[in-house]
Parts: sequence; C-alpha cells; structure tokens
Amino acid sequence: MPRTESHPDFLWSSPEPRSSYDVVIVGGGGHGLFTAYYLARNHGITNVAVVERGWLGGGNAVRNTTVIRSNYLWDESAAIYEHSLKLWEGIQEELDYDVLFDQRGVLNLAHNLHDVRESVRRVNANRLNGVDAEWLDADGVAEFCPLINTSKDIRYPVMGATLQRRGGIARHDALVFAVARAAAALGVHLIQDCEVTGIEVDSGRAVALQTSRGRIAAGRIGLCAAGHSSVVAAMAGVELPIQSHPLQALVSEVLDQVLDTVVMSNAVHVYVSQAHKGELVMGAGIDPYNSYAQRGSFHVIEEQMAAALELFPIFARARVLRTWAGIVDVCPDASPIVGPTPVENLFVNCGWGTGGFKGTPGSGWVYAWTLAHGEAHELNRPFALERFETGALIDEHGAAAVAH
Amino acid sequence: MMRRLAGGGLIDRSSKLEVRVDGVSVSAHPGDTLASAALAAGGWLQSTSTVHGRPRGIMSAGAEEASALVQVEAPWSEPLVAAPAVEIPLQGLAASTLPGLRGRLTGDDEARHDRRHAHCDVLVVGAGQAGTAAAREAAGRGARVIVADRDFLPVDVDGDQVTVLIRTTAVGSYDDNFVVLVQRLSPERRRVWHVRAGEVVIATGAYERPLVFPGNDRPGVMLAGALRTYRERFAVAPERPAVFTNNDAGLDVARTLDAIVIDLRRGRTVVGTEAGPGGLAAVLVAPIDAPADAERVECDVLGVSGGFDPVLDLHRHRRGPVRWDDRRACFVPDGALPGQRVVGSAAGEGLPEVAAGWLLPGEEAAAYVDLHRDVTVADLRRAVNAGLSSIEHVKRYTLAGTGADQGRTAKTNASAISAELLGQRAGDVGTTTTRPPVEPVPFAVLAGRARGDRFDPVRTTPIHDWHVEQGAVFEDVGQWKRPWFYPRDSEDMDAAVLRECAAAREAVAMMDASTLGKIDVQGPDAAEFLNRLYTNAMDTLKVGRGRYFLMCRADGMVFDDGVALRLADDRFLTTTTTGNAAAVLDWMEEWLQTEWPDLRVHLTSVTEQLATVAVVGPRARDLLAPLVPDLDLSAEGFPFMAAHDAAVGGLAARIARVSFSGELAFEVTVPGFHGLELWRTLWASGEPFGVTAYGTETMHVLRAEKGYVIVGQETDGTVTPLDLGMDWIVSKAKDFVGKRALRRTDTTRADRKQLVGLLPIDPHVRLPEGAQLVDVDSAPPAAMIGHVTSSYHSAALGRTFALAMVRRGSERHGETVYAPLPEGTFPATIADPVLFDPQGARRDG
Amino acid sequence: MLLIPCPWCGPRDEIEFRYGGEAHVAYPADPPVVDDLELARYIFYRGNPKGRFQERWVHQQGCRRWFNLVRDTVTHEIAGSYLPGQEPPA
Repeated sequence: MPRTESHPDFLWSSPEPRSSYDVVIVGGGGHGLFTAYYLARNHGITNVAVVERGWLGGGNAVRNTTVIRSNYLWDESAAIYEHSLKLWEGIQEELDYDVLFDQRGVLNLAHNLHDVRESVRRVNANRLNGVDAEWLDADGVAEFCPLINTSKDIRYPVMGATLQRRGGIARHDALVFAVARAAAALGVHLIQDCEVTGIEVDSGRAVALQTSRGRIAAGRIGLCAAGHSSVVAAMAGVELPIQSHPLQALVSEVLDQVLDTVVMSNAVHVYVSQAHKGELVMGAGIDPYNSYAQRGSFHVIEEQMAAALELFPIFARARVLRTWAGIVDVCPDASPIVGPTPVENLFVNCGWGTGGFKGTPGSGWVYAWTLAHGEAHELNRPFALERFETGALIDEHGAAAVAH
Repeated sequence: MMRRLAGGGLIDRSSKLEVRVDGVSVSAHPGDTLASAALAAGGWLQSTSTVHGRPRGIMSAGAEEASALVQVEAPWSEPLVAAPAVEIPLQGLAASTLPGLRGRLTGDDEARHDRRHAHCDVLVVGAGQAGTAAAREAAGRGARVIVADRDFLPVDVDGDQVTVLIRTTAVGSYDDNFVVLVQRLSPERRRVWHVRAGEVVIATGAYERPLVFPGNDRPGVMLAGALRTYRERFAVAPERPAVFTNNDAGLDVARTLDAIVIDLRRGRTVVGTEAGPGGLAAVLVAPIDAPADAERVECDVLGVSGGFDPVLDLHRHRRGPVRWDDRRACFVPDGALPGQRVVGSAAGEGLPEVAAGWLLPGEEAAAYVDLHRDVTVADLRRAVNAGLSSIEHVKRYTLAGTGADQGRTAKTNASAISAELLGQRAGDVGTTTTRPPVEPVPFAVLAGRARGDRFDPVRTTPIHDWHVEQGAVFEDVGQWKRPWFYPRDSEDMDAAVLRECAAAREAVAMMDASTLGKIDVQGPDAAEFLNRLYTNAMDTLKVGRGRYFLMCRADGMVFDDGVALRLADDRFLTTTTTGNAAAVLDWMEEWLQTEWPDLRVHLTSVTEQLATVAVVGPRARDLLAPLVPDLDLSAEGFPFMAAHDAAVGGLAARIARVSFSGELAFEVTVPGFHGLELWRTLWASGEPFGVTAYGTETMHVLRAEKGYVIVGQETDGTVTPLDLGMDWIVSKAKDFVGKRALRRTDTTRADRKQLVGLLPIDPHVRLPEGAQLVDVDSAPPAAMIGHVTSSYHSAALGRTFALAMVRRGSERHGETVYAPLPEGTFPATIADPVLFDPQGARRDG
Repeated sequence: MLLIPCPWCGPRDEIEFRYGGEAHVAYPADPPVVDDLELARYIFYRGNPKGRFQERWVHQQGCRRWFNLVRDTVTHEIAGSYLPGQEPPA
C-alpha cells in the first residue's frame, strides 16, 4: 500500500515561473508530466515548464480507474497503446518509483454473438500487431476468474472473453508523484496554481501564455488539458471536435482480496478491479450531457451497481464508499488528437476520452517528440486533427465503448 | 472502564437482548447500539489498526467512527459497519471485530431492497433541534414535508403532509434538489428514496474532532461529546474520566461527567497515554511550553475535544461554497445553493470558539491525525518536506482522510496541521472534496430490484412459446430472445443449421421475423422524407410494392437497412434491423423535427403491434396457397417485392414477397396478438411439405450464400454502401443524408476494404468470424488487409465459405489470402460475394 | 438527475430524455456543394463551452419531441427551454 513510507523523501520544488521557456506544457496531468519528462529525457530540452491550474494530477490522472491495456482494434491505436504499454513495463525502473504497476491481466467479456465476433476480430488483429491477446471461451473465463458469474441462466450469460495478460493496473497518484519528480529532477519547472487565461497568437504563431502568475513566453506550447481541451484551445482560436462529459467512477471500502484481475464488459456495462489496498474500483457510465462539473447523476451509479451484481453476485454486500466524476474529452471516433494545430508552434494532445491513463507514457513520449521536432511522430501522425476533414477516422467505438 | 449506570438513559431496561460479539455473548437493551452495549459490558470492540497494528477501540458515538468498524454477521451481513451506528435489533445480532479493518464479502444478498420516488415542498435532513424547528415551521404553513434522520429515536414533527423517516440517511445531493435517502426498513432490508424537493434544509449538525497528541489513538480515548452521549442516552459512563479540550463544549462535558480537565487554553497538553485494564491507566500532562515536564494523571477514559466541523456533505456534493471560520476553526457555509438552506450547527451556529494552535508538542510519530488510515503528524511533516503544498497531494502521499470513515474526524486536523507545517493559515490549504455517498451503501441496496430477471427486460415475440415448446436455443439480440436454431434429438448446432438450410433451399421453412423493427411512415410528404434519408429513391415506388433500402449516417457510413412497403401514396411501412429499431426511429424523428419540420410526416413504431412470419423455400407457394385460395401466388400474379392484403386462414394479413435468402419467400404479417395463431396455421399447412422452423443462424447462412449483408456484421460504422459493392442502391439522381460524405478524401480512396466472398482452400475449414487476413503467410507482426465478417458451412455449396472485407477486394477475385490463427494459417480464395444462385433464378420458385 | 422542463410536458427527470448536443447547427442547405472542411464541421464539430450552452434534448420517454434548452455546463443550472425555431430565453 503506497503510503508515506513508500514515497521518497523529496518529490519536487515549486519554483517561480520564468518569463520564458523553450516549451510550455499546459496541464500538469499524466500526459503533461510525461511530455515534460520525455522532452528532457529523450530530447535534452530542459527549459520546460508545466503550468497547472490546480495541483499536479488533480484532473483525470487521479480520477480514473487505472486500467492499462493495449488491445485496441485498429493498427494505429494498437501501435500507440502498445508503445505505451511497453513504456509501462519499464516505468518503475525508469522512474525509480514503485507505482504498483501490476500486470494482472484484463478480461473483456463477450455476452452475445456480436460481442464474440468483434472480440475474436480484435484478438486476431492484436496478435498480428504483436500485441498479446487470447480468446477464452466461457469455461476458460470461469477458470481464469472464478468470481465471475458464468452461469448460463443469467440475463446475458458470459460467452467468452478476450484476455490481455500484460494488461493490468497501477497506482495513479503514485504515478503522478513519480513522473513529476523525475521531470523536476531533470530541470523541468512544475508550476501549480497557475491558470492559463489567454494564448497570445501573433501572425498565426503562438508566442506566449497569459496566466494567473503572469505572462510566460514560449517557443512552443503544448496543450494537454484534458477536461478543458476545448476551452484552452479556444484561447488560441482553435476549435476541436471534442465534447466534454462527466464520467463517474466509484470505490468500495477496503475488502479482503477477492479479485485478482481486471474485468470489463461492454454489454453489461461493468469494469472493475480490486486495488492493492483492497477496495473495489469501478467505472460507471458517461453522463450524456456536456459538463465541466466533475459530478454526474445518481441513476448512473445505481445502474452500475445492478450491472456489477449481474456479473459478481458476491459483491452484493460490498459498499460504495465514494463516487466521483472526471471530465472526459471525447472525440467523434473515440480516438485522441495528438499533433499540430492550425496555429504555428501550438500543439494539442486531447480527446483520449475514457482511456487516457493507460496512454500517458506513450502519449507523453510521442508528444514530446512532436514538440521537439515541430511535427508529428509516425506513431501519432494518424491521430491528426485533419482526419476529421479527410474522413480517415480511427473508429474505436467497438473496442472502447463504455469501458476502459 | 465504562460501565452501565443503575438508572437513566433512553434504553428499555425492562427488556433484555443478547448480542454476540466475536462469538461472546453481550447483554443489551432495546435502545442500545452495538457500541453502547459493548461499552456497557466493559469492552471497546477492540481491534487492530490498518497499518501499524495498534489496538483501537470505540472513539465516537456515531457514524463518524474511525476505529470500531465491525463485520455484522447476523441477522444481516455487512462489512466495516460503524458500531456506534448499529441499532441493536430485537433478535440475533452478531458481529465481529476486524483485525486490520478489512471487510469480508460473504456472498449474495437475498433481501429485496426497494426504491421509491417522492416529491415534497421541503426536505429536512437531520431532526435535531434546528431540523425539527424547520420541519415544524414548514408543516405549519401547509407544506408537504419529508424529515429524514439517520438515528432511530422518534422525531417530534406532526402534520397531515409530513413524512417522518427515521433510520434514514441522506447519502447524496444532486442537481435540482434531487436528494437520495437510504432508509433501513428492517435489519435486512433498505429502501432507496429518490426525493425531488422544492427546498432542501440541511440540518445535519456538526462532528466533534479529536485533538492530535501522542498516544491519542489508544482505546479509552474518545470524543468528549461521545462521552456525554453514552452517559445521557445509554447510561454508560467511565469511573475516572478526564477531558482534554481546547473549547468550552469540552469543558461542559467535563462538568457533566465530573471529569478532570486538561484545558489547552490554560497551557496544558497531553504528551502521552498509558493503557490500563478496560481503557487507560493514566495520561501524561505537561505545560505546552515544557512538554518534558509531564505529570501522570490517572484516568480510565479521556474525552477529547478539538472543536467541531459542520457536516456539510450535502452542501458540498453540489459545490456549495464554504469559508474558513478562524474563531471556531472550521469550514462553514458561505451562502447556500438555490433552493437550499443550511441551519443549526451545520451552519456553524452555536459552535464554540477554539484555542489557536494545531501542532501539539510531543512525539509526532505517535500523534495520530487519521486513526483509520494510521496517519501521524510525522507523516504529514514528511509529506510537506517532500515539497507538497496542496492538501490533495498530502492526502495522497499519506492517505489521510481516505478511509472507510471518509476521514470525518481527520480531515480538518490534517489540513490545518499541514497548513501549520507549511507556514500557512489553517483555512488556506482548503479541504479535500466531499463526495457521495455520505455513508457507505451496499451495492445490493443500490441495485434494488434490478437483479436477476429484472436486470434488463426480456422481449419476446408473440410466437415465443412455440419456439420454447420446440426446444429452440435462443440468441440475445438486444433485449430480444430470438430462436438461434432448433436442435432435434441429439443434433449439435452445425447439424441443426445444415438441416434447416437444406429445408429452406429444398422444401419450405419458416422463421419468426417479428423482432425486426417496423415503423409506420405516414403523411403527404412520406415519400420525400424517405427519399432524403434512404440512399435510393422511394418516391418512384409504386403502391403495393416494396423496395430494399440502405440508410447512412451523415458521415456516409451504413447505419441501417430494411424493406419499405408502400401501402398508399402517403404511407410506407418500413423495417429496421432488430437491434437498431429504437435508434432508427430516434434518427428519423430527429431529422423530421429538427431539420425538416415543414415535411408533413408522422412516424409510429409498430414493431410490437405486428407479428411477421417468413415462409421460405421452393414449396412456399404450396404451403400458402390453400390458406389464400383467392390470391394468385404465381410469379406473374404476385411478383417479387409485391404486397397484398389477404385473409390467411381467416386472419387478416399482409403478404409480401420479400426474400432474404434468395429463395421464393413470402412474409406474412398480422396484428401481434394473432401471431401465434398465424404461425400454427402456416405450420399446419406446411406439414405435408416437411415444413421446418429455422432460426437466426440459418437465416444468416442463407443470406450470406447470396452475399446479402447484415448491418453490424459486415459493417462496423466504418463501411460505406460503396464498400459493400452496393453502388446500385446509391442514387445518383437525388441527395440523401450521407451522400456528400462519400466524396471525401478517405471515402474515395481506391484501397478501401470491400466486401468479398471467401472460399477456404480446404473446403472443410470454417474460418472463425473475426479472423484477420494477410497477403503473405509470415510471422506477426504482419500487415492486415481485411477480416472475415461471416463464416459458415453451406449445405447448398457443400463446403465452407465466408464473407470478408478486404482491401481492394472487389478487384482481387481469384487471388489467395491467408488467415493466420493460433491453430495455424489457412489460405482462402477471394470470390464474388454472391456464391449461390448468382443469376437469382430461385427467387420466383 | 437534472430536472428538465419539457416545453410540452413540464418538468421531468433527466432519465426521460436523450441528449442532442449543441442546438442551432443546421444541416448544410445544399450538401453537394459544401467543401470537405465545411462538411467536417457539420458532422464532427459541436460547441463545447464552459458556461451557458444552447443545447438540444428530446423527451424520448415522453412526448418524443425535440426542444432546446439553455443550461450552464458548470453549475448545471437551467435557464429555460424553448421550441425549435424560437429564440432562447435571456
């Protein structure tokens, strides 16, 4: 359990902002911190600031349910998420920090013939993309995770599941501490309580940020403000095909360990894991309306509980300790946008929807490359804003659906 | 040691109850809580703490309890319940303490928990003084009032329009004064109330918080106000109490209990505690400026009071504003939300001023800020020294305030001490966010009746009972149960499907097609409306005729398909795919109402009003003819895609020559309540011809042999009509929704995936649906060029076959591709998607 | 659980409604002539402001009619509903 003793004596200092940086990252969440870290680590660019409106990691970084996997359908997605998963696999050594990254496997259950077909399709695509993936039939599911109700007489019986054994979970706040510390140690300025109020654009080129802590000039600006992507981009006159919605999640109290894998079901709307501390962590549905309020409606939680008990009757007496919501920025094709904008020197990394946490190292890695070179890396080139114009979408609704 | 006094208290001494704690019998009275009974018996429900394994006991008299969390075992089962909030039921309470405070899951909950919806003018949460007064006032002016109180004491508010709910906690406050209550109906059962209130009065009181000093976690140290509650309400009191306080409320308790007073405001503090039998032996008291100079003060229990925190959960769930009150050292409401009031001590009224100073001298590693999570002052100091300045970071570094008790008694101390360590004012670091639920709620209670059969409705057709009688195996399609296949004797699915297919191709077979969505489109502009939505023209359709159609989203991707029958100039009956019926109606209504309100069209879902039976096969005419003697069923008299109204065996029906199999076929539609009779009538007529029932699997095989697509199987939201090779259905003459999108850069790419047939080189190999295809048989990673969308054994072809979406597929017929699978790589030849009867010779029988 | 004022039925719980995103985004008057960018904007781009928002809802479990709503995306406060083609409330 990561509490005081397991964290290092020192994490980061809080410097006053300089008047100018080579690169300024807007948003101190997982994506922003990893971007800053990799700018310094991979590209030697250390005159970098991360400006954060509140506290580092205070947005979706610590509101998500920490599921990590890379078993996406399309080649473009598999490539970027698999790159991210590979980084995850070395993250504890890389950052010298125990973030409780645990490859306990991720099951995606299939409950009807359509699910089965799509699951098999995804497993086969994953394997050909070098991503580990297995298809389990219902007996295989029962054997792998006996806690799941695989009885044939439930409303939507389990017909099988995809399994990515390399998938798993990690401790989100430890990850924030780890990356922030590593970035700060390389000279990155972490500037909290610093709200961006404007982006100065001069002749089509972004030159500086106006912030609650003064003007900060920047060679390049990387927007990384999930939950506020549209708002921040609009400051530079950039419109994004993004809608922001509350996504609720919940935890139970600390319970004896009963569930040793991650279980997700699109059809029954469940995704659940048990954290190392012992609490059950569950994602609920997205509230349908646009919102920046970080709270959702109660019926979403009630429906979530009914769904959870359909698959896990043993959870009946577990108790909901806390519910909360993050704001997810969703793209029309359920895939992110990572790359240049029509404004020179202004870049955007957004639209990870419900699945950003797993992508943070990979996202930071390619975004740092993009900010260092001024153009997209081959891994994020398909995730360009232009795809909405050409129609070359990366439609991951099938693989993403409600569940991450 | 605590003990029960000879008299007093709100307990019924005339009656005795037995409680079992860790298997040991404890005696109690009605009116007791588990905690008061345990204390009366001289115990503390002692357990060990989560991390340090330190002994801990009851520290409060309410739901804020951080230490005495027990596993209730009977008469219901629940983990980590605050013992002071457990009312002793009339029979059979058993509970056990939980070493390390980890709850246990004990299986499913058979109890049926309710849900109820209520509206009221005023919802009062909390029936203390302020809440009772507010409720009476509202009742007095004739308002509909609901009063909810978490305790089990009677509430004294009367009135015709007053609903008093005791044992009821308001667990969450949501937009527009929607408040969720959880009421305990019996030990086993609870009811969730969804209350929409005109006004919400938050009268939830205040929690006392402890002082943070070395040894403050030992059993025997409890909140001063709890000592008063145990004495006055439960007649349980210590023998030699002491009280350590920084405010007058604590002093007041000390007077009531005749306790030794250690008053921080007089410069005295506690620097250590000593365990004794049944609680403490003594506390070490020292001048605050000379902590080493301690004296030993004997006492068995130490009441502590570090001030009070208004209970503002409901206010904060909706981001009600708060401000730091320096004198009373707590957050108080800074105005209320629209339609809400915070009253009484929840608003800070009557709370005592407290002495300044949060960091007390002494061993910081023994001074507990959060008893539940075992967080000490030393932990907070380490967090601050690590560079953390946000209380949210401190919380995550130390886990302070994150326990099962929601950190109720810990949060303010944690923020204020952190602030002091940071050299800031107590209120400046803010406080961590409060989230629903106010108290933990079991999953099963929230799930309510939506369990088992009631998890999601089951939709069945009027003919369902017949399918069940015949031993059909069902497939879930959306909420529908559709017959998948009808195994006979020991047949497996493959055998059953081959038999059903053969019947349809060689004799006659029947399928229940009632689940297809059906929308009645009426109005003078009906044809124009459908013209705008469908890829092909509908205005040219003659009355009495049908036409297959496709529908796209605005992005040009195939959304749905079906058949539209023109019943009159101004009336069409259109079908949708089974799973898409609701979405298609939504889609059509959206366009009609929001884009084309000038069109005079009405849309009505008639899916469940009608039952449809498909009669398929070369003998279909023979089956039907005796039932419709006056109807000319010949190919000329009743051509393909024609429709006629007719009496079928006496049932008013519509017959349409629609075929999703390539065979001669009639779809017979009747009002839903005649569906079963129709089926039986048709069946009886078909028996001489060996009529066979077939399910969705056979339907899929028959249509795939003909290269007909299933939306959602061949398509996945990324497929255009042109990708399906269905240029013939895409009107060049007129516009339709999605047409323009077909001319985008990506949708006009030459190397898009296109629908093809696929013949495995080994005719016995059935490729799995979802198999990916590659050009070169090599080890992964490999570039995929497509995937198998449908794959079957074909009775008609005498071999396996598949449909697939393949890059440039339409120009690659005859080429070989490979399906690499875990069990091996299988070559297959690309073919035209229409593998059976490409001339369409069978359609007319 | 929002309480949404359906202009035809009166205030009803949010679960009776379906959300329709930004209001007043018209389908191109002459779709064949719009360029790819305009088309992309129609299909994929919708307003996403922080604050007051004119948005569409349909009373799906009730009268099944579409209407517009002015709602604050931060406080969720609803200023009022209005019919398609009407002006939003102040």
